[in-house]
Amino acid sequence: MAAPQQPAGSVADRTLVIRHLHKEYLAGEPVLRDLSLTVPGHGVTAVIGPSGTGKSTLIRCINRLVDPTSGEIMFRGQDLARLSGRALRLARRRIGMVFQEYNLVERLSVIENVLCGRLGYLPVWRAWLRRFPAVDIDRAFDLLDAAGLGEFATQRADQLSGGQRQRVGIARALMQEPDLLLADEPTSSLDPKTSVEIMELIASRAAERSIPVMINIHNVELARRFADRIIGLARGEIVFDGPPGALEESHLVRIYGGEGWLE
Amino acid sequence: MMTRVAFPPRWPARLGWLALAGYAAYASTSLDFTWKRLVAGIDHGARFMARLWPPDLAPDRMELLASGLAESLQIAIIATAVGVMVALPLGMAAARNLAPLPVAWSARALIALLRTFHPVIVAILFVKAVGFGALAGILALIVASLGFLSRLVAEAVEEVSMQPVEALRATGASSLSIVVMSVLPQVMPRFIGFSAYQLDSNLRNSALVGLVGGGGIGATLFTAFQRFDYDFVLTIVIAVVAVVMLGEIASGFMRRLFQ
Repeated sequence: MAAPQQPAGSVADRTLVIRHLHKEYLAGEPVLRDLSLTVPGHGVTAVIGPSGTGKSTLIRCINRLVDPTSGEIMFRGQDLARLSGRALRLARRRIGMVFQEYNLVERLSVIENVLCGRLGYLPVWRAWLRRFPAVDIDRAFDLLDAAGLGEFATQRADQLSGGQRQRVGIARALMQEPDLLLADEPTSSLDPKTSVEIMELIASRAAERSIPVMINIHNVELARRFADRIIGLARGEIVFDGPPGALEESHLVRIYGGEGWLE
Repeated sequence: MMTRVAFPPRWPARLGWLALAGYAAYASTSLDFTWKRLVAGIDHGARFMARLWPPDLAPDRMELLASGLAESLQIAIIATAVGVMVALPLGMAAARNLAPLPVAWSARALIALLRTFHPVIVAILFVKAVGFGALAGILALIVASLGFLSRLVAEAVEEVSMQPVEALRATGASSLSIVVMSVLPQVMPRFIGFSAYQLDSNLRNSALVGLVGGGGIGATLFTAFQRFDYDFVLTIVIAVVAVVMLGEIASGFMRRLFQ
């Protein structure tokens, strides 16, 4: 029972439309150059590219952890690039984010970290006294159970392994009931096997909820395996955009430069 | 072949040390800091020591001692409690990674002002302002606690990991919620350690501010000196040492409890 296709940028649709996005941290040294991109309202979109090419900046412009210099970021009928204050916080509540270093509050328990995903919905005194609504607590436990971490709920987050921490990070993002999931190199600090598990978790959870995922990843194989679409970024510009099957060595040379590393 | 030098002479440092030694020598002559006076002083000291013993344990003195100690304890605890409660927000306001810069700099200026003078000098000011007694002592120690604690809170907050802060910002949490859920948990263990240390230090300083009119055991001590009750002075000194040691043990215990 798929919903009728909505025009891109409407409130009900989860398509992300980026137009002429430009970002300079230092005047005259652009990190993103006039970047335009439409991320469909479903499926996994992977952004690949060398370090320092603006992948993180791009993803952080979307939830405004970084402020773009100019350009538009349309999502659910709003230009995220223009929001500030309360309106920005309300928009962020609907965008989940998973980080390379997990970014958990190490001294809080696992369940407290997951419940942090609801902070945007709570007055501060309730957070202070840990008076989270019972529905939220139930959902947090469900998410942890589903991630295989139910028994760790009351342990401190710093007692978990890297893979377990990332699962908590994903649970925190899902706790937001997001309309869009951003992931910034979610597997770069993990071993190969755990990386695959984490990618599977992200892709399957997003598919269950039919929300789009935009994921920065420098592992091309993982991108090919899990993405429905790959965007190649080099020097702040898009140099490849297509399905994984269309990504060839010539593209990788354009994205990463050089050839020796490609066997 | 040229000899290579691994440790080149550092002339600025050498000159600095030389200047320091020279000035110390000059200052000691101008201040009449002589061997003769030192010997005479030891002689006076010996006679004073002889008059200290044995400590005066008369019941009326013990009563004075107990009430003085109790007042000092109250001064220290009240000052620490107020200091702790105000220092947390003040320290956060002074942290340059959280507060807007104008706020941070004003808070830093205020903290610097609070730290300018030694608690004894602050106590003298408060004795002049509100009169003799415990209130002056409490106010002086609140100032001292605030200066110390809020500066350490600011430094601790500036060393906090920004990763969880960024993550909570991304969930749409308000600034206050971010502070409560990601900054406080990181700062709290150290803050409790600082507070325990401050309680300990207030306990010691409460005797000091009493000497200049701030109430408590210091006032008792001062009166005993004035009346040449040196045996009672010894009793007070022993009691203060005991209380300070107990305080140190208690604060160490508190720190371990919250690690």
